[in-house]
Amino acid sequence: MQIEYTEDQEQFREVVSRFLQAKSTPIDVRRLMASNEGYDQAVWQQLCGEVGLAGTHIPEEYGGFGFGPIELGIVSEEMGRHLYCGPFFASSVMAGYALLNGATEAIKSAILPDIASGDRIATLVLDNLNNPEKVGSVLKANDEHVVSGTAPIVVDAHIADLLIVAASTSDGLGLYLVNADADGISIKPEEALDPTRKISRVSFDGVSSERIGGLNEESLNLTWDQICNALAHEMIGGAQHLFESTVEYTKVRVQFGRPIGSFQALKHRCADLLMELEFAKAATHHAAFCLATSEGEPFAASMAKAMASDTYMEAARAGVQLRGGIGFTWEEDTHLWYKRAKSSEVFMGSAHMHRERMMKMIEIAPSHNTGEQP
Amino acid sequence: MNPDEIRKEVSEWLDANWTPDRSLIEWRNMLLEGGWAAPDWPEDCFGRGFNAEQAAVVNEVFAEKGAVSAAQVGPRRLAAETILVHGSEDQKKRYLPPILTGEHAWCQLFSEPGSGSDLAGASTRAELVDGQWIINGQKVWNTSAHHADYGILVARTDWDLPKHQGLSYFLINMRQPGVEARPLRQMNGHASFNEVFMTDAVIPAEDLMGGEGNGWAIATTTLSIERQGFARGRTPTASRKPTEGPIYQELATELEIANEPYTWYPQREGRIDLVLPRAKETGAIEDPAVRQEIARLMCLSNGARLAAASAAAQRKSGSNEVIPAGSIGKLGASVIARQAAHVHTMISGADAMLSGPDSAEEGMIAETLISVPAISIAGGTDEIQRNIISERVLGMPKEQRSDTGPFRDIKRNVT
Ligand SMILES: Cc1cc2nc3c(=O)[nH]c(=O)nc-3n(C[C@H](O)[C@H](O)[C@H](O)COP(=O)(O)OP(=O)(O)OC[C@H]3O[C@@H](n4cnc5c(N)ncnc54)[C@H](O)[C@@H]3O)c2cc1C
Repeated sequence: MQIEYTEDQEQFREVVSRFLQAKSTPIDVRRLMASNEGYDQAVWQQLCGEVGLAGTHIPEEYGGFGFGPIELGIVSEEMGRHLYCGPFFASSVMAGYALLNGATEAIKSAILPDIASGDRIATLVLDNLNNPEKVGSVLKANDEHVVSGTAPIVVDAHIADLLIVAASTSDGLGLYLVNADADGISIKPEEALDPTRKISRVSFDGVSSERIGGLNEESLNLTWDQICNALAHEMIGGAQHLFESTVEYTKVRVQFGRPIGSFQALKHRCADLLMELEFAKAATHHAAFCLATSEGEPFAASMAKAMASDTYMEAARAGVQLRGGIGFTWEEDTHLWYKRAKSSEVFMGSAHMHRERMMKMIEIAPSHNTGEQP
Repeated sequence: MNPDEIRKEVSEWLDANWTPDRSLIEWRNMLLEGGWAAPDWPEDCFGRGFNAEQAAVVNEVFAEKGAVSAAQVGPRRLAAETILVHGSEDQKKRYLPPILTGEHAWCQLFSEPGSGSDLAGASTRAELVDGQWIINGQKVWNTSAHHADYGILVARTDWDLPKHQGLSYFLINMRQPGVEARPLRQMNGHASFNEVFMTDAVIPAEDLMGGEGNGWAIATTTLSIERQGFARGRTPTASRKPTEGPIYQELATELEIANEPYTWYPQREGRIDLVLPRAKETGAIEDPAVRQEIARLMCLSNGARLAAASAAAQRKSGSNEVIPAGSIGKLGASVIARQAAHVHTMISGADAMLSGPDSAEEGMIAETLISVPAISIAGGTDEIQRNIISERVLGMPKEQRSDTGPFRDIKRNVT
């Protein structure tokens, strides 16, 4: 299994990073978070077309790049660092993985190329974002493929062309394809705590849909892990940005005749944070390396998400606290990342849920590799 | 050399030479001559210039064949690796072989009653009298000093220079009338560390290392080697397969003495290996609060392991964005040990009030609970690691100092 990035992967990161540095500045982020759409179509088209990122992890046969979770992790990490605003996560990551793991060949061939090219935006409709075990408890589909129920939090549904809906059926969790403008659907944009990631409430009032496959326990958990892998990378990217900018700030801000970074209380807080961040980053990269080869600890993705949840918030709290009053203003940029940290902390399961999920995985497979045995 | 070539060469060599019927010293001298005593050392210095992976292959083959390797235990490694970097050719020739053969045990004479974290504030006095260094002063917390033949010593050779510049680094013979080591009892009942009194102790001129006044720089090398050791940790080694032959008897005796100060070291790291078995055995694994804390511990220990592995891989590939892993790893080891002790306490409940043979794991859990405080002190405290990380890794501004100017004039502890 890999333990570090290859040179090609490092170069890929460079390309992604340069693009986002130019196209996702804090000024762009502020403009987009105040808009209704929440993304810049021109940038999205470039991102999908010239740079080709939307198909990073989608196999070549479906029009993607054919990379895996490692490269997707790289893209996500850079997007998190630059707080990229756009449907990448909802469409490529969430809907993309659900389709890859649960849809029929015909559907994959029909839809994934459009997702990879950005021609159509999809999103995954889950009725529960806390715990994979609870998915399907609200959204139901009957034997005639009529979907009913409400998903209170759906990322980027307001700009989606296609909804990939996970609904419970008489034979497990089904996947349904619904056009966003189908009869009986209501997509109500909600106020999001993190305005850089748009959320809608999506209700299905007996919507006739097309059944395109399903997810069993294993493929649902795999999908959840893959999404968490990308999300944890995104969070680590954001946490690194917050941490680096905060440490730099302590070097220039002067109080009591000296830079505040010379005060030991701040130095020690930063040292602890660096350690936490290095551990979380290593665990997150490891999750991608594990997923890429289906080796390693079965709980690697949950471990990454649990650590990323705690670490991103720790970095966000320090980011505000170590800036003092200016850190609490709207004008200063720290709160943009703080809000992303807070919302990501609970998106796809809190640290608590993921720690419990780790424990269950260890109990189910006691002979499995548990990493360095605690 | 690739792993297969190494495996082949070392296997052939062992097949031709290894037998448990030789004496320990005779065998270790053969190791030395064959270049298998320290394969990770440079070729001109008893080694083969192997990297960590290559050296691991050698260790594996030795373990498979039950062959005895060079002496390892205790601060001798710290001394040897510092001598490797800073020693003169003559010092390397005289001191390194007996370290590997096990003839010489070493100790680290750095801390003093008046200066621990502030190692550069050492006030043990070294004076050149008639071509020999005469040493007077006291060291303290010196692990294994009561068994040691030699010590690495930091002492002051100039009181008028600023503190860091007046120190020199010596190799001192502990078996002399002017040196007395007295074991000190620790809070966990063991007595692995000592206070060491030096009264007109003598060091030949040629046993000053790296030139007069360079003690601080060399001590820094030792400390960084030491931190990396903490980060690597030591899991309790599984008992070897039963082995017969005179050499094993000798080895057992050697290890009994050498290991005596370290029986509690795995406990000070928190015994994470016992967490899951104990949680299952006691049923505490059903408790959601305990489960959360176990998972937290796993996150920490895996995170530390993976971060160290990735730092090592980056160092190897020559990346310049390398985070110096030592201090982060050492701080991590403390956090992990504390979390492990916290989990063990939750698992044991009121049983954690007991210690000794009737208590959990024949006293190992109790020993863990009262040994973990050592890990955040020994080898540089957590606070000092945080200073190092923030100043040297993150480049945060240094604290204002009140210890500049001639050492003589600086405020010190009254001892
Ligand atoms: C089990 C064990 C084995 C040891 N083995 C050896 C050995 O073999 N050889 C040897 O030479 N020494 C050894 N030591 C000594 C060890 O290195 C020192 O105890 C340690 O460096 C701390 O020094 P001190 O005890 O003088 O405490 P002090 O330096 O007095 O520290 C007291 C407290 O003040 C804090 N502090 C001090 N300076 C600062 C600062 N600048 N910023 C913030 N906080 C600060 C410390 O973190 C600590 O909490 C051993 C210690 C232990 C516990």
